[in-house]
Amino acid sequence: MKALNLTKPARRAHNLRMGTRRAIAGVMVVLGSALAGGCISVNAPNEPIVIELNINIKQEVIYRLAEDVRQNIEQNPEIF
Amino acid sequence: MATYRTFARTLLGGLVLAGLAVSAPALSQGRDPAYDAARRAGQVGEKMDGYLGVVGVQPATVEKIASDINIRRRENYAAKAQEQRVTLQEYAFTQGCILIGRLEDGLKYQAPDGGWKTKSGTAERDPRCP
Repeated sequence: MKALNLTKPARRAHNLRMGTRRAIAGVMVVLGSALAGGCISVNAPNEPIVIELNINIKQEVIYRLAEDVRQNIEQNPEIF
Repeated sequence: MATYRTFARTLLGGLVLAGLAVSAPALSQGRDPAYDAARRAGQVGEKMDGYLGVVGVQPATVEKIASDINIRRRENYAAKAQEQRVTLQEYAFTQGCILIGRLEDGLKYQAPDGGWKTKSGTAERDPRCP
């Protein structure tokens, strides 16, 4: 943007150096989290992921279904 | 009077014996013999999510038994979940709770930490299980 010299030209609110520094910091953060992310995905076993999915299941729903699943076992003994 | 009492007692005893004779095989009734054998051998176990799991590394025949049963369970859960207006996962998880709770001693189940346990008395279950 071209500054109009109506009044005394003020200094820019930020200079290029600040931008560069911020960009470098950003890159490092991304790089760091990418490295950390890589480590976690290597170490995580597959099983707990399944359990995490079950967190959304509410206890009240389970209690409401309890009687029906009991009957389901009697009705379909060959698959249980 | 005494004869009547003896007769009643004999009848009652007979009924109890008949009940025992019927209920014992009823526990494994309908289950495929190969599936029942794999269960008892600890090759397959009940998972928390309502499906069968293969415990460790097992022959392909055992893997197939588990996957066949799981396909049929999933079909059953899907129909039941729709009927009860809940998600398939909710129905299956509840079924898992009850299956693990009712499991006979000596059979395998998945504990909340994800590892396999052998049932002995009360099972370690998810705190939400009824």
